[in-house]
Amino acid sequence: MLRDIQLEIAPGEIVALLGPSGCGKSTLLRQISGLDRPTAGTLTIDRTAVAPADQRSAVAFQEPRLLPWRTVARNVELGLPRGLDRRQGAERVAELLELVQLSHAAGLKPREISGGMAQRVSLARALARGPGVLLLDEPFGALDALTRLTMQDLLVDIHRAEPATIVLVTHDVDEALALADRIVLLGTRHDRPGATISMILDVPGARPRDRASVVLTRLRAKLLDALGVPSHHGA
Amino acid sequence: MSFDERGGAPVRRPSTEGRRSASLFQFVSGYGYSAAGRDLPEVSRGRTTVTTILLGLVLPVLILAVWWVAAESGAIPDYLLPSPPQVVAAGVELAQAGLLATYILISVQRVLLGFAIGAAIGLVLGALVGLSPLASKLLAPLLGAIRAVPSLAWVPLLTIYLGIYEEPKITLIAIGAAFPVFTTVAGALRHVDPHLVEAGQAFGLGRLALLSTVQLPAVVPSIVSGLRLALAQAWLFLVAAELIASSMGLGFLLIDSQNNGRIDRMFLAIILLGVLGKTTDALVGLGERALLQRWG
Ligand SMILES: Nc1ncnc2c1ncn2[C@@H]1O[C@H](COP(=O)(O)OP(=O)(O)OP(=O)(O)O)[C@@H](O)[C@H]1O
Ligand SMILES: [Mg+2]
Repeated sequence: MLRDIQLEIAPGEIVALLGPSGCGKSTLLRQISGLDRPTAGTLTIDRTAVAPADQRSAVAFQEPRLLPWRTVARNVELGLPRGLDRRQGAERVAELLELVQLSHAAGLKPREISGGMAQRVSLARALARGPGVLLLDEPFGALDALTRLTMQDLLVDIHRAEPATIVLVTHDVDEALALADRIVLLGTRHDRPGATISMILDVPGARPRDRASVVLTRLRAKLLDALGVPSHHGA
Repeated sequence: MSFDERGGAPVRRPSTEGRRSASLFQFVSGYGYSAAGRDLPEVSRGRTTVTTILLGLVLPVLILAVWWVAAESGAIPDYLLPSPPQVVAAGVELAQAGLLATYILISVQRVLLGFAIGAAIGLVLGALVGLSPLASKLLAPLLGAIRAVPSLAWVPLLTIYLGIYEEPKITLIAIGAAFPVFTTVAGALRHVDPHLVEAGQAFGLGRLALLSTVQLPAVVPSIVSGLRLALAQAWLFLVAAELIASSMGLGFLLIDSQNNGRIDRMFLAIILLGVLGKTTDALVGLGERALLQRWG
């Protein structure tokens, strides 16, 4: 379903994967994480092949996938690196919950929190081990517009503090523009089956960016055009 | 007792909203306030439990009344239908002879031992079949066939192999108790949300860690309901077991009373079996509620 994907991501880079629903964004992310294997081709992190469920990367899935019988804090604990002692672990979890603004919900069960809160728990769990490669599948999809902006800023902060390589799947053109160094557009062509990279855009400017800047506005129009949405820019 | 607490998403709210008439039930069970959904409004919970218990007593009391009237009226001769006082008298008589407590204790002991052994075996087999496709292909057909054998069919064989004392009885009860646990656990493990399993794998859990962190906790509710079925089954198999040349126990009391034409004692034995079975079930139900609150 995906073909001819060739992409090299620099350490510490943030890449946004953009594309229509069902084109294979999650699939690509799963392959990078080692949860799925590509039918052909190779994937490497730091020049070594990606292992099944590679521990150098951490995933925040499209669905939060929290263990329903564990509290929020204990769910985040699942993402901690092995070999941390109890106290260090508890401290790290508290720190992460603070980071995603969920300290007050630490003792709640997943069924007692909202969808957006669950997504933040899932993000905290992925961050827990300070992974070299962070794979985020629409991490802010279920958040309201305001929380979404806060969380985007938060991701920028986290990335500045610990510059992991981040691959971020999103539907949101503005989110991609605000966060990514490069935007990779996946798409299908009529004449051939399977999605592939249809465009790669470099996004200039250091984060945090002015969301209303002229450069970003122009890039937004270009992306929307490529996605088949008329931008009404300058109309 | 039922599963109704499970899906209804009890929500603990720190606020005091609606805390006007917190009932004893809420207090004891630690349930907070529910965010609508399938749950009853929490305020009426306590009253509901009392009503439930009262409603459950209506028919037994009615039956007792009809039985009493029918027996006392003399319409049915008392060698066919003893009156409630006659049954109580039979109980007192047995108790004074020191037999009643012995019979009850030995039966309860057999049930609990057989249940424990059977449940443990069922758990292990269920885990094997539920987790390993190979084990499932190897074991499932055989176990299915063994389960299809009626309980009484084992009795002669067990007597020959294991004698006439406790071993064959406990073995038979264990056979009866193993299957409900096996079936529910195997089925539940097969259907653990693959998304959660994958999340566990993604975060580096190995096979054993995955089992203890994701798969087993996910099937706790099924294990509990399997255990409950197994306990009921253990009581069923008890009577079959006590047909094996036994000299004690409630099943023996039944057979013995039949031979001696003591219909009052037969009534006593049947009522005791019913009450004991219901009591152990209710106890497991309490444990179930606590477990589901933790894992549900
Ligand atoms: N478990 C699966 N088995 C078989 N096919 C699948 C499975 N999951 C997804 N697909 C197929 O793979 C294609 C790509 O799916 P994927 O989830 O990668 O899309 P996506 O780009 O992430 O979409 P969305 O933006 O809606 O999340 C879809 O057309 C879907 O039909
Ligand atoms: Mg997807």
